[in-house]
Formats: sequence, C-alpha cells, structure tokens
Amino acid sequence: MQRRRSIIPGFGLTMGITVFAVSVIVLIPLSAIFVTTAGMSFDEFVAAALSKRALSAYRLSFGAAAVAAAVNAVFGLLTAWVLVRYEFAGKRVVSALVDLPFALPTAVAGIALTALYAPNGWIGRWLVPLGVDIAFTPRGVVVALIFVGLPFVVRTVEPVLADLGADVEEAAATLGASRWQTFVHVILPAIAPALVTGCALAFARAVGEYGSVIFIAGNMPFRSEIAPLLIVVQLEQFNTAGATAIAATMLVISFALLFAINMLQVWQRRLRAV
Amino acid sequence: MSAPARPTAEPRWLRWLLIGSALLFLALNLALPLAAVFVEGLRKGLATYVAAISEPDAISALRLTLTVAAIAVPLNIVIGLAASWAIAKFDFRFKSVLVTLIDLPFSVSPVVSGLIYVLLFGLQGWFGAALRDHDIQVIFAVPGLVLATIFITFPFVARELIPLMEEQGRDEEEAALSLGASGLSTFWHVTLPNVRWGLLYGVLLCNARAMGEFGAVSVVSGHIRGRTNTLPLHIEILYNEYNFAAAFAVASLLAGLALVTLVLKSLLEWRFAEQLAGKSH
Repeated sequence: MQRRRSIIPGFGLTMGITVFAVSVIVLIPLSAIFVTTAGMSFDEFVAAALSKRALSAYRLSFGAAAVAAAVNAVFGLLTAWVLVRYEFAGKRVVSALVDLPFALPTAVAGIALTALYAPNGWIGRWLVPLGVDIAFTPRGVVVALIFVGLPFVVRTVEPVLADLGADVEEAAATLGASRWQTFVHVILPAIAPALVTGCALAFARAVGEYGSVIFIAGNMPFRSEIAPLLIVVQLEQFNTAGATAIAATMLVISFALLFAINMLQVWQRRLRAV
Repeated sequence: MSAPARPTAEPRWLRWLLIGSALLFLALNLALPLAAVFVEGLRKGLATYVAAISEPDAISALRLTLTVAAIAVPLNIVIGLAASWAIAKFDFRFKSVLVTLIDLPFSVSPVVSGLIYVLLFGLQGWFGAALRDHDIQVIFAVPGLVLATIFITFPFVARELIPLMEEQGRDEEEAALSLGASGLSTFWHVTLPNVRWGLLYGVLLCNARAMGEFGAVSVVSGHIRGRTNTLPLHIEILYNEYNFAAAFAVASLLAGLALVTLVLKSLLEWRFAEQLAGKSH
C-alpha cells in the first residue's frame, strides 16, 4: 500500500515521545549490560558467568521454573476448564482471585509462603514430620514459582477454551467417542498452542523471579541459590563485572525465550484463524 | 438442577470432582498465603499491628512508595498514550519492532532491571564520575528508585492501549477532524473517552506493580532506613530482623492494595468488557 497521508495530526510529536522514551528508558540502559560485558576479557567473562556457583544457580532457576510450569500446566488448565465450563457459587470471586499473583507484591507473597511452609508454619508443621521439607530447600523455590506463574497459564488458556465450538465435541460424541477420548483427541489439540504459550510465559517470568523466592529458598550457594540472587550477592561484594556477566547470560536466554514465545503466539493465532 | 445427561457434558460426580480439586488447589496456592498475611500481621494483637504501621520508618517508607508511584505512573500514562496514538493511528515501518521494544521490560528479571541503572549511574558507572562532580546522587537515592520503577512498569499502560486503539480504528478521529475539530480536541473529546476504561485498567496494574516492586528497587536502593526504603524493602528489613509481626503488618497494607486492585480490575472487566482490549469475546 502506498503511504496515504493521514489527516490525523500528531505523528511527529507522539512518535518523538515514544522513540525518546524507548531509547532512554529501555534501550540505552539495557545496552549497558552488553557494552560492559563486551569490555570484559573472555576469561574474565567465563570465570564469572560460568563459574560452578553460577552454573548451579542457572540449573536451579531454570529447573525450578520448568517444574513449576509443568505443575501450572495441569492445574492452570484445570482452573481454566472449571471457570469456563461449570457454574458454581462464588465463581466470580474465584476468577478474580486467580489474578492475585499479578497484584500482590512479590515480597509479600514471599514472606506469606514462608509463613505457610516453614517447619512451624501452617502447612509446614504437618509436612515436616512426614519428612517433606519445603521451606529453605529447592522445593520452596518451586512452590513460590508455582504461585507466580499460575495466572499466566489460566489467562492464556481461558479465552481459547471459551471460543471452542460445541459442534466438534458433539460430532465426536456422535461418532461414539467417550468424553475422555474427546478431551484427548479433540479438545487438547485445539488448546495445546495456548497451553504451551501460557506455560512459556510462566516459565519466562519464573526464571527471573526474585522477591517471592528469596524468603522461602534458604539461599544456600550450590543448593538453593537462584541466579537473580547471585547477581545481587555479586553486587553486594562490589563485583559489578561478575554481576553483569551473569545478567548478560540471563538476558540472552530471556530474549531467546521471548522470541520463542512470539513465534508460539503467531502459531496459535494461525491455528485459531483456521 | 438435574439436566438430562448430554453426551458432551461430564457426569455430575466428575464435574464436582474437577471443581473441588481446582478450588482446593486455588485455596492452598492463593487464598491461604493471602490469609496468612493478615493473620500473621495481627498475631501479636491490634496494638502491635498499629504500632508497626505507624512507626516513623514505616511512615517514611509509605511516603516514599507513594512518591515513586506518583512520578512513575503519570509518566507512563503520557508515554503510553503517545505510543498507542503513534502506533494505532499511523502506518510506518518497524512498527512491530517498536511494540516488542515497549514490551521488553516484561522479560527482564527485576534484579537485572536494577543492575542496568547501577551500570549507568553507579560510582563506577558510565555517568558516575560526572554525577559525582555535580554532587547528584541517583543510585542509593530516590531518583534511582524512580528510574527502576519506570523501567519495570513501562509496558503496562501502552500494552493495554495499543490493541484497544487499533481495534477502534481511525474513522471517528477522521470524522471529527474533517468536521473542523483541532487535533487536540479530537484526542480529548473522541479518542480519550473511547479508551478511558482501558486506560484505567492499565493504570491500575501499573500502579500495583509500581507500589509493590521489590527486586529492581532493592538493587538500587542501598536500604537506607527512613531515606531510601519503600514499603516492600521495609518489609524485607523487618523480616530479616525476625520482627515477623511487624513485617506482616506492613505487608498487610500492600496486600490490601492488591485486593483493592483486584476488585476494581474485576469491576472493570464485568462492566466494561467491550471497552477493554481483547476482552470483548
């Protein structure tokens, strides 16, 4: 399409503000990470970003985020299903509550979860005698990341599930499929892209999560220390270069994830359009 | 209500089993932590609770949190309106790149969001020496908190407004303009009323995040009591001092803010679903 001159004014002004804000607030600050990293020698970078302690921190951050995303795939789908398909008393309140992790400050979530799962806590006092320690172990990290990630899965799956026409399910039933077969072969494939996208969003958020994790994690190096915390620890020891190297590693992974999520969303839109 | 069993409905027992397990999971995972904040805050009695939220450090943390939000949120409104106007009302190249850049802060760890400002404005940072010569402090001071908060909350307003304005198209603005309205009055009387509920929705979420942000401000704050502590940072200090009742008392203020945010957000979703982007179907 040839550029048609729009009669709407204000392009220069609004575009100017936008580009200025994006540059000053997002681009220049973020580039500082990569410029600083580029100023380090290769050995220096490897020593900081790929130290044993850093590697075990990445393993915990990504591993716990993956486990939490898997748990949320099951319970997020269950929650979305129940909210879309069934009527029950208090449904609106439950639906509003699903967004709690978006609204509750992470530090508040962190101390609240610790109060629940600590050995003398509301839930911990029943679990610890059974030998299930959650607070101050990697399991605590998973619990916090489940909390943080749930709404991403529910809110991504919900609209797709609601849009699903009744006709395909009726057709499956007419052809003699059981309800379970219909779910596995008809419904699940249709919502799979949304489910995967929701989990990827939850995973991406969980990898960088800090506030809700550090209170419940115990923060022991090599065991329950997440990567964002290691950045803070390096900064507190005035090792800015070390912190930056770890941050650059995490940023590259986050951007790769962002790219993958964008591709997923394109895929999902294409499937929905069919 | 006992409707006859339809072949595309689950049997009654399964329905209730699914609802029951979902509710149990949500109760354990969401409702219980929320309840814990208030119960633990009041554990040592109302007097301790009131003392914890009215001591000078808590008051100054509250004041700082409100100040930071009062700067970050209006700035994000202006930028969000400008960005959505430019992106939704005009065609230009690299539009999707610009949208991705606006969304970028969402995929950056809060800790990294704080670190970038240390690299720019810290003592050994790019502008560190220049700032020191002019006796301006950004890191470990209020400007750093504001910058980190603006970064973290940058996408909220814009990402709510852009799809909404795109959905509404350009016809109404073009009609107003061809009838002789000025650009500004077109924006004021046509565009803004059309997007006001979406704007409010974005502002709500932006504000909740601005007041509750922890990781990013934790890196740039320096934790100076009474000076650079926001409410979430104040909670952390109290908690690390094993002053649990006070930590939860202060936390209950933020949990209250979260509840208000959720209620207002749900009201907007129920009443004005058609006027919010992507929530009309």
